[in-house]
Amino acid sequence: MGLATRLVVQRLALGLLLLLAVSVLIFAGTQILPGDVAQSILGQSATPEALENLRRDMGLNEPAVTRYFTWLGGALTGDLGTALTSGADISEAIGARLGNTLFLAGVAAVIAIPLAILLGLIAVRFRERWPDKLISGVTLASISLPEFFIGYVLILIFAVKLRWLPPLATVYDGMPFGERLTLVLLPAITLTMVVLAHMMRMTRAAILNVMQSAYIETAELKGLSGFQVIARHAFPNAIAPIVNVVMLNLAYLIVGVVVVEVVFAYPGMGQYLVDHVSKRDVPVVQASGLIFAAVYIGLNMVADIVSILANPRLRHPK
Amino acid sequence: MTDSLVKIRGLKIGATVYPPGEKPHDIEIVHGVDFDLEKGKVLGLIGESGAGKSTIGLATMAYGRGGVELTGGEVWVNGRDILKTSVKDLRRLRGTEVTYVSQSAAASFNPAKKIMDQVIEAAISQGKFSKKDAEARAVELFRKLGLPDPDNIGSRYPHQVSGGQLQRCMTALALCPEPDLVVFDEPTTALDVTTQIDVLMAIKEAIRDTGVAALYITHDLAVVAQVSDDIMVLKMGDTVEYGSVDQIINNPQEDYTKALVSVRSSEHPEKPPTTEPVLKCEHITARYKGTNFDVLHDVNVELRPGQTLAVVGESGSGKSTLARVITGLLPPRDGRIEFDGRELSRDMASRSREDLRELQMIYQMADVAMNPRQTVGTIIGRPLEFYFGLKGAEKRKRIIELLDEIEMGVEFIDRYPAELSGGQKQRVCIARALAAKPKLIICDEVTSALDPLVAEEILNLLLNLQEIEDVAYLFITHDLATVKAIADSIAVMYQGNLVRYGTKTEVLSPPFDDYTDLLLSSVPEMRLGWLEEVIANRKMESAGN
Repeated sequence: MGLATRLVVQRLALGLLLLLAVSVLIFAGTQILPGDVAQSILGQSATPEALENLRRDMGLNEPAVTRYFTWLGGALTGDLGTALTSGADISEAIGARLGNTLFLAGVAAVIAIPLAILLGLIAVRFRERWPDKLISGVTLASISLPEFFIGYVLILIFAVKLRWLPPLATVYDGMPFGERLTLVLLPAITLTMVVLAHMMRMTRAAILNVMQSAYIETAELKGLSGFQVIARHAFPNAIAPIVNVVMLNLAYLIVGVVVVEVVFAYPGMGQYLVDHVSKRDVPVVQASGLIFAAVYIGLNMVADIVSILANPRLRHPK
Repeated sequence: MTDSLVKIRGLKIGATVYPPGEKPHDIEIVHGVDFDLEKGKVLGLIGESGAGKSTIGLATMAYGRGGVELTGGEVWVNGRDILKTSVKDLRRLRGTEVTYVSQSAAASFNPAKKIMDQVIEAAISQGKFSKKDAEARAVELFRKLGLPDPDNIGSRYPHQVSGGQLQRCMTALALCPEPDLVVFDEPTTALDVTTQIDVLMAIKEAIRDTGVAALYITHDLAVVAQVSDDIMVLKMGDTVEYGSVDQIINNPQEDYTKALVSVRSSEHPEKPPTTEPVLKCEHITARYKGTNFDVLHDVNVELRPGQTLAVVGESGSGKSTLARVITGLLPPRDGRIEFDGRELSRDMASRSREDLRELQMIYQMADVAMNPRQTVGTIIGRPLEFYFGLKGAEKRKRIIELLDEIEMGVEFIDRYPAELSGGQKQRVCIARALAAKPKLIICDEVTSALDPLVAEEILNLLLNLQEIEDVAYLFITHDLATVKAIADSIAVMYQGNLVRYGTKTEVLSPPFDDYTDLLLSSVPEMRLGWLEEVIANRKMESAGN
């Protein structure tokens, strides 16, 4: 097995191990909350007998370890249990919500990632001159504004004044793709403005770091233009740090967008989670936590693997 | 002079410097240099570090490295002053008319791209050749430069070939676009001496066969004498002497040039073996943690008090590893070390303070061997405190004595390392080692990072101190001229084995084993035609075999 393959397999194994550890934490965390599920269902006024019956029916009297494995086994086979408040199947509800969240994150990523990298390249090409300062200034200003503020300003301009786009992003199942896309455009642009600065500045810093290398001088002495030097010689050596920051922001787009979902009334994972936290619906919170953790770990694992594969010394050993 | 390719008149180059604790200001680093270079000729630029030779070389591409700016004068290349031409024209000049070979090909190749793509890039992106023609030309150059498997070496990545091969690939990169001028900037300095000779010959033949003109920049006059038609000697940004290679080598006019020509000729009379050895290494075998091969195989050497044992070899021969074993930094797998009549513990941690005191070390990089935030006085005073408990006036008196011994005055006592020159830094390191009153000092490539004239001063200082202090040196070096200048006995190492060992006269007298012969015959000599002779001899030998 090649060195690169071994490292990649190692990363995958570590990622799975980490996910397992996180599942233990999530389960343990919800166990040490005061009261239990039976209490939450029946309320404060329930009789001890009714509580005891329900606990027995739900298997809450089993040891925690047994319940953990039952829960984990269910999660692995796609059965996340039922929500306490509505009695609905969690897997089904999350499936629809997660699809919406991934769609919004995907649209935002498709706009933000190429734009951030392009702006980063331009900033390096004209470093310390006005295009660099303008790009840095605008992106930093947009990251400094709270996302709900950006969201409302965009709604004011594009929905209320110009009437180009709808103000709300209430998508439903079976909506045609084009219509769906129009609806999520405003929230996606809001998210883009939030994540752009971080990715752009990391791209700029990573490439500038590489620009100190002797091989950049070689490229300049070949008579290549400034942009050719950056794109052909500096960028390929800066991929690892850039992918890392891109993945961190992608993870944010998936797990951290509750404010934007609320502003645009978008039925995504964030809203779903917040709703059920306020209702103390423990099985839903556990399931959402597990999915968010899986997304986070998965994306960071991808970043690690890309870094390994981007290193020619690992890909092509002597 | 209509047909001269390069014509430089009154070239002045400046830079902005940022000295610690002072305001940044502009200085001039080249003060008006003139020269001409005709088509197909080679001009050698020679001088010590800071002479401005690389800066002048890059000026022929109108390129200033870092904050360097071309502030005045004219640089004519192919009939136009490139300091006044357009950016677009400059780009065409770089990479097609003038190309560059740097000192470290390992750093100058992009690690993320295949060698072939980088070699042909200038020629195709400037539209000089089609991709196919450029590749064919590159393969032809790989073959001419003696690279193994010339048809396929281009599909490798830079880390997959050796340093000497990569340096030849860099030469191919420079020659591929059929330039009129190639700037060679110390192309063999970072290579082992046995590799250097191959690369040097490859470069020389490539220059001859392609009829390209070249600027050959180096600090080693013996090397430049082998490849140049003319030589320009530079010092601190001024021309010292400029003439034909024959005149500079055989009839130098200026004192500075004379010193450069004679620098490698000092000889040290060998002392006879006396008394009991101070250091005895028996059957040393060692390997690094986490590896499964030995880097030293059954090495046996001895060193007598007040004498010098030179350990010679190429990079990877195990000479520095031997030093690590003796100091206890790397406990050997097998063998014993006897020091001053007692057996030394293998591991440094279990050695007594007296063992540590009597065995000191001096390193190649004086810069990083000193704490930049301590003064010279503190650095030299530390072993005085640690080993002898000296304090206050007593300590200061001893520090001043030591500063005198290294021919630096009391005025240096409060200076910081950053305020010293390279040679002065190494002197302070020597004083720090001597402060412990050791019986043995291990000198690991202590002159390799220094300019030749400074290196010679340091060697003379070490020899004088040996007389005064009766200290033994274990002198690790890859440079045979240094060996001749300092050694009493010599150990030649190759791939972890001791291939030849004895007194200096024994080791340096025939009959030689194959490796020592190769090593000795590869050291550049300060005379014209040496390179051709060696190559002719080697060709004859290989034909005879």
